[in-house]
Amino acid sequence: MTFQQFFDEQGPDQHFAAFLAAGQFKLQFCSACERHVFYPRLACPHCGAAGLDWVAASGEGVVYSTSVPRAKDGNYNISLVDLVEGPRMMTRVVDIEPEQVRIGMKVQAFIGELEGETLVLFRPAQEDADE
Amino acid sequence: MSDLRGSVAVVGVGLTAFGDLPGRSARENMAEAAFHALADAGISKNEVDGLFTSNFPDTFPCLHLAEYLGIHPRVMDDSNIGGSVYVSQLQHAALAIEAGLCDVALIAMGSNTRSKLKQTGVVDAPREFFKYADEYKPKAPMNAYALAAARHMHQYGTTREHLAEVAVAARRWAQLNPRAMRREPLSIAEVMDAKMVCDPLSVLDCCLIADAGAAVVLVSAERARALAEKPIYLLGVGVATSHSNIAQMPDLTTTAAVESSKRAYAMAGIRPQDVDVVEVYDAFTINTILFMEDLGFCPKGEGGHFVANGNIGPGGTLPVNTNGGGLSCVHPGMYGLMLIVECVEQLRGTTGDRQVPNAEVALCNGNGGYLSSQVTAIFGTESTL
Repeated sequence: MTFQQFFDEQGPDQHFAAFLAAGQFKLQFCSACERHVFYPRLACPHCGAAGLDWVAASGEGVVYSTSVPRAKDGNYNISLVDLVEGPRMMTRVVDIEPEQVRIGMKVQAFIGELEGETLVLFRPAQEDADE
Repeated sequence: MSDLRGSVAVVGVGLTAFGDLPGRSARENMAEAAFHALADAGISKNEVDGLFTSNFPDTFPCLHLAEYLGIHPRVMDDSNIGGSVYVSQLQHAALAIEAGLCDVALIAMGSNTRSKLKQTGVVDAPREFFKYADEYKPKAPMNAYALAAARHMHQYGTTREHLAEVAVAARRWAQLNPRAMRREPLSIAEVMDAKMVCDPLSVLDCCLIADAGAAVVLVSAERARALAEKPIYLLGVGVATSHSNIAQMPDLTTTAAVESSKRAYAMAGIRPQDVDVVEVYDAFTINTILFMEDLGFCPKGEGGHFVANGNIGPGGTLPVNTNGGGLSCVHPGMYGLMLIVECVEQLRGTTGDRQVPNAEVALCNGNGGYLSSQVTAIFGTESTL
């Protein structure tokens, strides 16, 4: 058999984290089946092709579902957001009361921090915020 | 229909007490249930040559249990696909017995998750940290189910009152079960007014946390006829998965129970309308609604209406979770084995006040992870072979 090395020193998780640290939210793109991939993988979960490319995410998304975990130090939002590129991700929608987040709401990604971790958060998109 | 249909039967079931068992370890609960099941089957522990178990806290649960019981099995399986795993082990046990790899299969579980929580403040849970979800601090595990409930409500008009119907039906069954942990009356309003834990779920939409053990013993159908007064045959079993993390679930309103039940129905040669009694993994009230749809008892989207007006409670058209379920009977962290025990006891006709009259076919659906794995098993009495 031929041996194809999928990656050198850093796996896709570390690449993603490095992009985030540099202020960039990136997705992977599979040129074989032309679909975007998130979370980062070694190979396309749709067609199995290796060698996914990193591309900038538009950051545009729509809330697929939303919930409000209750906590002693305040309620917060946990949502699933469908990115316009296709993949769905877990996140928090912020800059809005957690109970006010609605399914179908347009949201925009930004890179923020939560308890010391750099991560992708969302806030209502401008057109939704203006309503 | 598969060669596995009716090839093995459950000949023993065992349960510990449920609830607060602070003086016992998880392993002691597992061993007690195992010995009850073996005594029920009339089989010595030394005859167990196929051992099946699983749990969250232990790394080598099969080795621990074999050593604890003092046995040396030749087939061992402590895989983990979540709380449905014990139902999937019916499939593995049937294959192993049919292939002659083992003769007596014991599936056992034990937990002391309630006393451990009281003593340490920590709930037994899978240890994996998945950064693309866990960094956002979702409230595990109920958050995934809250997201599914919210989506089902949005897409199909399901209401919190529908969710509450599930909790009340479970409680009404539990009131008929002397073993059940929660037997005081419960109203729709009480569920809806209970403290919210993760909107749209209140604390009464969530399962119990219990100390408990359960076990079942399986042998070939041939041996079962010689051993047991009323063997309960495994007619079909199907396994499916759609995702691990909730963000990767393609459609939060449709679980892989569509596929697992299709596989189980095909193996069993059974249709949903043939099923007399149903046990589903109700870790949260939304589960029961999703499974009514996905197991084929009502069309997609109509689960809320299906469970309304006491339809799945005592006196309803479909008896569901007749032991009181994870919501009102017992939930020891991984509940799947309790589903099997209740199916067997209903088909034996030994469940007293909660007995479903003339039950010949029982179906259970185990759920694992975040609606991630689904395993459906169908059991029948001799008349169904």
